[in-house]
Amino acid sequence: MKKIFIFGLLTFMVQWAFAQAPTAAPVEMADAMRSSGKIYVVIGTISVVFIGLAIYLFSIDKRLSKLEKEHK
Amino acid sequence: MNIKSNWWKITGVILVLFSLYQGLMGRVPVLPILHETIRNIYYHVPMWFAMVVLFVFNAIYSIKYLSSGNEHHDNVAVEAANVGLFLGVLGLITGMLWAKFTWGEAWSNDPKQNSAAIGMLVYLAYFVLRGSLDEAQKRAKISAVYSVFAFPVMIVLLFILPRLTDSLHPGNGGNPGFNKYDMDNQMRMVFYPAVIGWILIGVWVMQLRVRLLEITNQILEN
Repeated sequence: MKKIFIFGLLTFMVQWAFAQAPTAAPVEMADAMRSSGKIYVVIGTISVVFIGLAIYLFSIDKRLSKLEKEHK
Repeated sequence: MNIKSNWWKITGVILVLFSLYQGLMGRVPVLPILHETIRNIYYHVPMWFAMVVLFVFNAIYSIKYLSSGNEHHDNVAVEAANVGLFLGVLGLITGMLWAKFTWGEAWSNDPKQNSAAIGMLVYLAYFVLRGSLDEAQKRAKISAVYSVFAFPVMIVLLFILPRLTDSLHPGNGGNPGFNKYDMDNQMRMVFYPAVIGWILIGVWVMQLRVRLLEITNQILEN
């Protein structure tokens, strides 16, 4: 199961080597945001929030495991 | 942290993190009206996928409970419905925000919006039903039977009825499936990891809630 999962994951990653087709008609996009490079700030914020939540979940998981061990 | 039994939790976190980064930085097709909001597909749609998976858990464990009478199966069923409902509410709110700026109105009585809301109510009723029964075994049994009926209703509401009529949602109004999504192959490589990641996280939270419920019951009994 684990191996299949990792294999699938790597298969996804390989796709990144391809593509980059030219874009069609220019429609207004948030290019300014991108060119200024500040979008990374947003990604950083989102990632911090999500990693924080994940750590929080892991710590709850750990505390539960401890409780379960004590009560068995 | 036992990697052997918890690898799927870590995988879920990594997949979602990947989708948060690549979802914002990846190239998306340039589409009128949608513009950059097409990226919402990485964050809004996985909520619904995860909700459906949790409701599948609810249905399976309800059937399991009916055949076994094992309290654990009932616990899994309740918490699956609980987390599923929560994810559904997140899906509704994010969908309304997205709709406001692309369809013009937060709630345009789109068939899929309406039936998603009705589907939520069906599962809300599950909790009302549970809350109204005092005896634990009776509660578990009756709500399990209710679940078995609620699940196909939810599937019909979300995946069949909207397709019989015109809907603002892509992939509805006759043409089912992903091909109607305005998604190219590069987007799929972000979309599918996001879906799998959020499903894993949803199941993880459900598992935590089940364990919390059971340890609480155990402590209260002693």
